[in-house]
Amino acid sequence: MAEVMVVTSGKGGVGKTTSTAALGAALAQAGQNVAVVDFDVGLRNLDLIMGAERRVVYDLINVANGEARLNQALIRDKRIDTLYLLPASQTRDKDALTEEGVKRVIDELRGRFDWIICDSPAGIERGAQLAMRFADLAVVIANPEVSSVRDSDRIIGLLDAKTLRAENGETMEKHLLLTRYDAQRAGRGEMLSVEDVLEILSIPLLGIIPESDEVLRASNVGSPVTLNNAQSAPARAYLDAAKRLRGEDVPMIIPSQKKGLLDRLFARRAA
Amino acid sequence: MKQASARPRLCGKLNGKLLKTYRILSKIFGFKASLTTRRPDWDTPSKASQPVIQTPPTRAIRFRGRSFQALALCPEAPFDDWLKDVDAWLERSPGFFGGKPLVLDVTGRECNAEALSHLVKAFAARDIRLLGVEGADAALARAELPPFLSAGKAANFIDMAPVVAAAPEPPAPQGLIIEAPVRSGQSIVHPEGDVTIIGSIGSGAEVIAGGSIHVYGALRGRALAGAYGNPRARIFCRKLECELLAIDGLYKVADEIDAEWRKKPAMAWLENDSVKIKSFD
Ligand SMILES: Nc1ncnc2c1ncn2[C@@H]1O[C@H](COP(=O)(O)OP(=O)(O)OP(=O)(O)O)[C@@H](O)[C@H]1O
Ligand SMILES: [Mg+2]
Repeated sequence: MAEVMVVTSGKGGVGKTTSTAALGAALAQAGQNVAVVDFDVGLRNLDLIMGAERRVVYDLINVANGEARLNQALIRDKRIDTLYLLPASQTRDKDALTEEGVKRVIDELRGRFDWIICDSPAGIERGAQLAMRFADLAVVIANPEVSSVRDSDRIIGLLDAKTLRAENGETMEKHLLLTRYDAQRAGRGEMLSVEDVLEILSIPLLGIIPESDEVLRASNVGSPVTLNNAQSAPARAYLDAAKRLRGEDVPMIIPSQKKGLLDRLFARRAA
Repeated sequence: MKQASARPRLCGKLNGKLLKTYRILSKIFGFKASLTTRRPDWDTPSKASQPVIQTPPTRAIRFRGRSFQALALCPEAPFDDWLKDVDAWLERSPGFFGGKPLVLDVTGRECNAEALSHLVKAFAARDIRLLGVEGADAALARAELPPFLSAGKAANFIDMAPVVAAAPEPPAPQGLIIEAPVRSGQSIVHPEGDVTIIGSIGSGAEVIAGGSIHVYGALRGRALAGAYGNPRARIFCRKLECELLAIDGLYKVADEIDAEWRKKPAMAWLENDSVKIKSFD
């Protein structure tokens, strides 16, 4: 049965698009049929991160408004053939999306894929609400700092109020993905600890993605980090998170600061 | 919300409870004045047993019922002689009337429109402002005169009186139990009684209750207890990290809360018009 999963955060720039691409690719690498859908109409990014920007013809709005068929708009990944992208329009704005249109697209995607991953725009307005509207579960992205965590708390409230599942009285499954976790800074107490964030948000933890240059490196070459360098720390963290999404019990590793300390020692010597 | 619901209480209190304690009679000069604006039930000595923290003064921006103990001035005929006595009194204690609520009580006095206006003007000339006139014939009421208070009824508030009369009996307190965290941006409003949260109140979330608020979790957002006029309401939480606490419209923001109480189980209540906090550790 298809799972519609929204990747959302409230706050901007915390890693929604990065995570959508990485989790989508990780699930597809495991043989699942995956469609990643860019809901960030007007600020589309997912096509770049997926390296598909030069193949975009039709987009979500075209399909939602009946101007194009789903097949015409879906872009198949060049590396994994069970991974598809439904891009956003860069020239329209979020008002061009209607709830009925989105529902039709999601329903059609449900018939073809195991996972439909919706990359939400930042904010709590219409765009973000449409991205979560038909979701079965949510991945809430937060960075370990107070403003991001409070925005995530806000989004969790919306997930429990504004989604179709919530309105039907069903529970909305929510998972926390803590991204850009910097073990050194956490060790110095400059960031919220994992426990702090979990205590505040009180939803289950899906994974902790370390802050890493690998993420930027991967996005520069238009590749989800799990595909670009599967051995890197962020890729391994995303691959584990994808396994947990599929119900596997994978031990959670909190990125330690040990390596960070060594790094700093070497950095000093070199200087 | 506060203003709208509390406004009728303003005259409700004035109507019923304008306390008359000291009568200045022209012949009695040697009495001890100890005026208070507190409600009598707050003057109980119980506060000594409770820890009282030093905090900056609580700002109060609100409308709420308040009963004052007013000085009732009872002029005696001939009024001009009586006014001379008042002057003598003022000479000995200049500024005695300053800032105190004063009522001119002419009950049982021969006081026609002219005499009344003369008295009121005489007080104005002495820089003494009157809160109201008591015991005068209602027919003498004029716009330029202070409000007429008769048997605790303020004639000027007559248009508001129906509001007071129509105010329904407060419904039997009803508790509301919320079995989930209150998330940032959410607002729980429950005028009917207590609110119990099984979970935390997130930063940027608020709970507004007519009664007390119980938080079986961390209180990181705002809790407004007794928000519809109940100074006896309290706030309890397992972990105090709040942005704002308010009881009966009086509030404290995080900045005004001593670090000593933070992150601990705590209770907040109202005492002497300020929000007090104590920890359960
Ligand atoms: N784990 C990480 N380590 C280092 N940089 C990261 C990490 N995750 C994300 N970033 C960087 O943070 C920036 C924002 O990431 P991303 O675009 O995924 O966020 P977003 O939540 O989708 O933003 P928006 O709200 O604008 O859509 C990007 O430059 C990305 O490379
Ligand atoms: Mg994005």
